Amino acid sequence: MTAITNKDLRKTEVHNNKIRETSLSDRIFGGVVIILSILCFLIILYPLWFVVIASISNSDLVNQGKVTFLPVDIRFYGYQQVFTDHRIWNGYMNTIIYVVAGTALNLAVTMPAAYALSRPDFRARNPVMMYFVFTMYFSGGLVPLYMTISSLGLISTKWILIIFVAVNTYNLIIARTFIQNSIPNDLYEAAILDGCSHFTYFFKVVLPLSKAIISVEMLYYGVFHWNDYFNALVYNYNQANEPLQMVLRRILLLNEAYASGNGGVQGGYGQSSADQVKYAVMIVSTVPILCVYPFVQKYFEKGVMIGAVKG
Amino acid sequence: MKGNAKTIVKNRPRKSIGWYLAKDWQLWIMLFPAMVYILIFCYVPMYGAQLAFREYSFEAGITGGKWVGMKYFNQYFGSSMFLSTLQNTFTISAFSILLGFPAPIVLALIINQIRNNKWKRTVQTTVYIPYFISTVVLVSMLNVLFAKKGGVLSDFMKMLGLVPEKANLLGQAKYFVGMYVGSGIWQSMGWNSIIYIAALSSVDTQLYDAAKIDGANRWQRVVHIEFPVLVPTIMILLIMNMGGILNVGFDKVYLMQNTLNLKASQVISTYVYDVGVKSSQFSFGTAVGLFTNVVNFIFLLSANWVSKKITGSGLM
Repeated sequence: MTAITNKDLRKTEVHNNKIRETSLSDRIFGGVVIILSILCFLIILYPLWFVVIASISNSDLVNQGKVTFLPVDIRFYGYQQVFTDHRIWNGYMNTIIYVVAGTALNLAVTMPAAYALSRPDFRARNPVMMYFVFTMYFSGGLVPLYMTISSLGLISTKWILIIFVAVNTYNLIIARTFIQNSIPNDLYEAAILDGCSHFTYFFKVVLPLSKAIISVEMLYYGVFHWNDYFNALVYNYNQANEPLQMVLRRILLLNEAYASGNGGVQGGYGQSSADQVKYAVMIVSTVPILCVYPFVQKYFEKGVMIGAVKG
Repeated sequence: MKGNAKTIVKNRPRKSIGWYLAKDWQLWIMLFPAMVYILIFCYVPMYGAQLAFREYSFEAGITGGKWVGMKYFNQYFGSSMFLSTLQNTFTISAFSILLGFPAPIVLALIINQIRNNKWKRTVQTTVYIPYFISTVVLVSMLNVLFAKKGGVLSDFMKMLGLVPEKANLLGQAKYFVGMYVGSGIWQSMGWNSIIYIAALSSVDTQLYDAAKIDGANRWQRVVHIEFPVLVPTIMILLIMNMGGILNVGFDKVYLMQNTLNLKASQVISTYVYDVGVKSSQFSFGTAVGLFTNVVNFIFLLSANWVSKKITGSGLM
């Protein structure tokens, strides 16, 4: 795939604007495109909008299906409950620990390894690459992994949720591809002539030139840690260590099971107000990531692009 | 890239192996943490997968139990869960690919056709958002939006006559696949379209000029210029998707499961968790997991082979 620069993008746009739409078929086509794009926009946005308005509306009216486009009978009961619920704050604290410590560990493990694998003069490069890539396609399965972790004594500790997954092969590959393609080898040759070691070169030259890929990796790993509930479900049985997503599961889903007759009330809320709390919880847990999102959007797109380039 | 690396190595004056080792020890140190991690969390469990052929005993550990051969595989193949988990997994996978795969392509073509740049940017930004919603929140959104009573979207669908008045979209097994696949498309369509949008922006503008002179209208330009540009990307991604056909993600299925829809929602990965971890049938759980991994691996190798035949480049 060829690299796409902003210049190319602009060229296409200018070019598109130059095309005059005179024929009837083109005008119909333009109309269909607008209708379809509005439809896509609404389908994506409406569920999100509904959660927002439901979180500040009277939950009885929401349950009767009377809240559709605008909030009705505005109240903030749900948010009040959420902000006084210690489980949520405990979950938040744990998640922040896992995101910060986990992502720091991810970068510390992934970046040096990616650098080593990017060196064309590294003799064992291909076998080591195979060593990593093979794990993408084959694994021992959940139970042996569980037993390995258990024999290491890591079950129900905060450690396992930080350590797991220290290095993701896909992320390792995109970091390697980036370093290989965007840092000119001349720099390395020059550094070597000056008697620079791999360590010095990595810290003084590669890392400062890799800000883009470091942001991408940080975001990929960070979002993984933020959204992860699976590892907490399987490897942690200590409620004090539960990340936010597990707390959410208790409040949002296990309580829901009660409502449909499957037993097990986990929340301490009355059923009438429980629903409003749910909407508030959804908002409170998603807002941080959505707040960061506009600032990091371009890095995400960049990450996808780097990942698509086969190295 | 590879050719480049080779010429660099070739052009350098020959050095002794000792020189390379002395140079490479630093690289080995940088690789060390990642390699150790992979060893412990990927290769040790692979070695431990022999538990599938052994009786588990607490004292003897993972690899010390009595050898029982195919006993646990036969137990799985002989149980009623074998066909139902396999079928559920295949159904969910197949529909995810069938419906979920074309969605981002169509979306990319639509977005690419929007002439107003502000609106284009707005649509793009909006369609990426759902990707960042966690699975737990997504599933609870499904639970409220499609609730049997008062669910805004289930009511809307009933109003349009898409589903019968009495339908319980969350509690009836027959709706499970639709809910799973539909919410999957909603969540990842925008994200997956990024790659196609990028490919579309690399279209040679001369092609448009030529087509315009030949009197092609916009629809014809989409069909004859833009779609062909996407074909290589489509092929590669399709083959990658086919490779993971038994890899139905645990996360969302597990959260969407309830006693009412279990008939359609018990897939292999959730079954492995239920029997292997929750009810501690370690050997049996390992056997079921190993079976899936082997099948997946075979699928992937075949996909890779097909990819090499068609596109000239494989994934491995």
